[in-house]
Amino acid sequence: MLIFLLRRFGVMLLTILCLTFIVFWLTNLSPNLERLAKTQANNRMTDEQVVTWLDARGYNRNIFVKYGEWLGIVPGWTNEINEVPSGRCIRAGVVDVPEYCGVLQGDFGFSTVSQEGVSEVIGRRLSLTGWLMLCTFLLMVPMALVVGIAAGMREGSRLDRGLSTFSIATTATPEYVSGVIFIAIFTSSAVGLKWFKGTATSAADDITFANFTLPVVTIALYGMGYIARMTRASMAEVMQSQYIRTARLKGVSFKNVVLKHALRNALIAPFTVIMLQFPFLLTGVVIVESLFNYKGFGWTLVQAAENNDVELLLGCSIIAVIVVLLTQLISDIGYVFLNPRVRVT
Amino acid sequence: MEQLDWTGSLGTFLDPILIIAAAALLITFVAQMVTSFIWTPSVETFGAPVKRNPTDILLLIGQIALFTVMLGVLAYIIGGNLVATESKGIIERIATQLRPVWIGMALIFALSFLFKKRLGLYGKILDNKLGLIGLGIVLFWVLAAILATGVCVGEYCTTPIVTHDELQQLSGMKNKKPGWPVSGVEGEYFLLGGDKLARDVFSRVIIGSRTVLSIAPAATLFAFMVGITLGLPAGYFTGKLDTILTFIANLVLAFPVILLFYLLVTKDIVKTGIPMYLAAVLFIFPLIFIAVLLTSRFKTRPGELALYLGVSMVLGFWVYLGLAFSYDPFGLNLFSMDPNTLNIFVSVVFVNAPTVFRIVRGLVFDIKTRDYVAAAQTRGESPWYIMLWEILPNARGPLIVDFCLRIGYVTILLGTLGFFGLGISSESPDWGMTINEGRKLLSVYLHPALTPAIALMSLVLGLNFLADGLREESLRD
Repeated sequence: MLIFLLRRFGVMLLTILCLTFIVFWLTNLSPNLERLAKTQANNRMTDEQVVTWLDARGYNRNIFVKYGEWLGIVPGWTNEINEVPSGRCIRAGVVDVPEYCGVLQGDFGFSTVSQEGVSEVIGRRLSLTGWLMLCTFLLMVPMALVVGIAAGMREGSRLDRGLSTFSIATTATPEYVSGVIFIAIFTSSAVGLKWFKGTATSAADDITFANFTLPVVTIALYGMGYIARMTRASMAEVMQSQYIRTARLKGVSFKNVVLKHALRNALIAPFTVIMLQFPFLLTGVVIVESLFNYKGFGWTLVQAAENNDVELLLGCSIIAVIVVLLTQLISDIGYVFLNPRVRVT
Repeated sequence: MEQLDWTGSLGTFLDPILIIAAAALLITFVAQMVTSFIWTPSVETFGAPVKRNPTDILLLIGQIALFTVMLGVLAYIIGGNLVATESKGIIERIATQLRPVWIGMALIFALSFLFKKRLGLYGKILDNKLGLIGLGIVLFWVLAAILATGVCVGEYCTTPIVTHDELQQLSGMKNKKPGWPVSGVEGEYFLLGGDKLARDVFSRVIIGSRTVLSIAPAATLFAFMVGITLGLPAGYFTGKLDTILTFIANLVLAFPVILLFYLLVTKDIVKTGIPMYLAAVLFIFPLIFIAVLLTSRFKTRPGELALYLGVSMVLGFWVYLGLAFSYDPFGLNLFSMDPNTLNIFVSVVFVNAPTVFRIVRGLVFDIKTRDYVAAAQTRGESPWYIMLWEILPNARGPLIVDFCLRIGYVTILLGTLGFFGLGISSESPDWGMTINEGRKLLSVYLHPALTPAIALMSLVLGLNFLADGLREESLRD
């Protein structure tokens, strides 16, 4: 088990290194740097001005050296223009300038858009998204499991047909479609129901039923269809197994068969699916946060990408990748604990 | 001229019937699901009298209601084409505009039902209710995309479906409601209203289907080619090759899709040539696939091999050079892609190929333990022959189902790209982009955003229904 965990962590670390390097390389491509210069300084800069601007800030150097600096294994770059020292590790108001300042030193860099440290920005935004994800999972998981179990307990019945069609329909409705339809029905003055609010900006300070329902429902609906279908498949398989037939023949009531005998075994497979749903929801979070103007992690990612805010983007991608890999790890380990027939080798 | 109503003269008697039938359908459907907990539907047995329970009765009512709804919709489609132009409402007019699509669908369905027995899996889909509905929706959009501006065969041309040019801005039509008459032109209407730049929403949605349907199936096909070409050896040989390929696949899968799109699908990135290099790598896989496919089959017959391989490789490389490098040795430029489209296309293939790879690899793991594979190995067949001519045909069921689902998923991805305004020119009638533009005024004007949203949803729903029908029918064998 320990060796398995160590190996998995090793692969995880390697994946993170590769992915952050790819992001680093893509954000440091010359057209992206040019855009960064123009958004940061002046939109009508000439090509030469762009080059001097980038030179002065150390962008036009070897990519491996820059990546090493960001990681914290190469000393931070310094420069002196007109006797004013500038450099990677120099921040306003800090007297003791460290030699190394990278991720290994706990410094995720500086966001050019919000003029703040990346860790502060991401920390704040992530807690907002955390609430959104929490509410979504509290709604999505029970709903999906109930739908899946009810559909799978009698395969081919009317109930199964109805619920399966419903789950297919939800997987066919991406967030930007269902969100738009919900906003149109429940918030617009054209329909006139006005039950909820069309934006969730105010939910950042105070989560209420009116401003948080629609974003949560929008994400949950798209995510639940897949879990429900997997639960249904797993439940249908369990219901056909020998021990269920034996229980039925012994005269156990259908209710008891479903709740006491089938349910536990049928929930092993959906556990994996639910865990793997986290990374899948990330795209949904980005869409919903832009749609409802909720300033969380997804919204930050869009802002960072649009302005080519290199270090903020790198921070976002680290978080995203860690979430993906951790959920994969948890789903693998959890599967072993839930299903004693499987052993980690 | 006055604004059109939703329904014209047909509506006076069809509307109430349709509303009642639809309500009955919905109520009985929900009621059935509830009552099926208590009473299961009784099975008809010959001779023995059947005691009907409430679920049976609800089932009967539901079927009648469904039949009525279908008849009502059919009446609108046919009747809408027949009634006099002055008494047509929006729905009847749309039904008239879509006439070529209805005729095409009727022809295809009639032919399919006629030759059902000979059509294999496709024929079986026609027996599956959900699959049939899915097929109908997909066929509708495919035909609408093909016939949008009219198709000519010799002298005879079909009438165009669109009422206006998708980019044309007409004065005074900004954000107008559905059925608004075009000022100054007698008998012309914006059937589904105008958007914020005074363009016809109906025509834009119909034309928008072309973007989706020209990219999504082709991109999915390429993703499958890449996934299959790499997944087969990874699953068959395992070992180092498998470890490396799986690591790369997981690397791409761990990348948040949206971040990758933001980094890859920008207008500036075309200058660096990355999409071109990516295309050069990804588009070579179909060529490898075809070459290996032919080599392994005709290894013992060098004459035929040289002929087939020669023809397909010359053609293949011609298309390859055109698509990836916009270079044509013959100077005809038959197969070139606009750089932005290429960028989107390549990114979508790149994101989807690893998933296909994992599916194929899993299937190969399963199938290579079968007896017929062992038999082929004993015969001394080459590994590639076994992979491509023994394993792959036996993995086709799940792959076809996933192909349908994946086209739907790619449609959603393309919509996401449009929604964030990535890679597509701002004038194009792409559905995702239109939704994004329309949502800003959503609290006042519903139609500009809602129409493409429903269009996109219906297409993906149709593809998912089709996939589900295919899954059921292929499992039945």
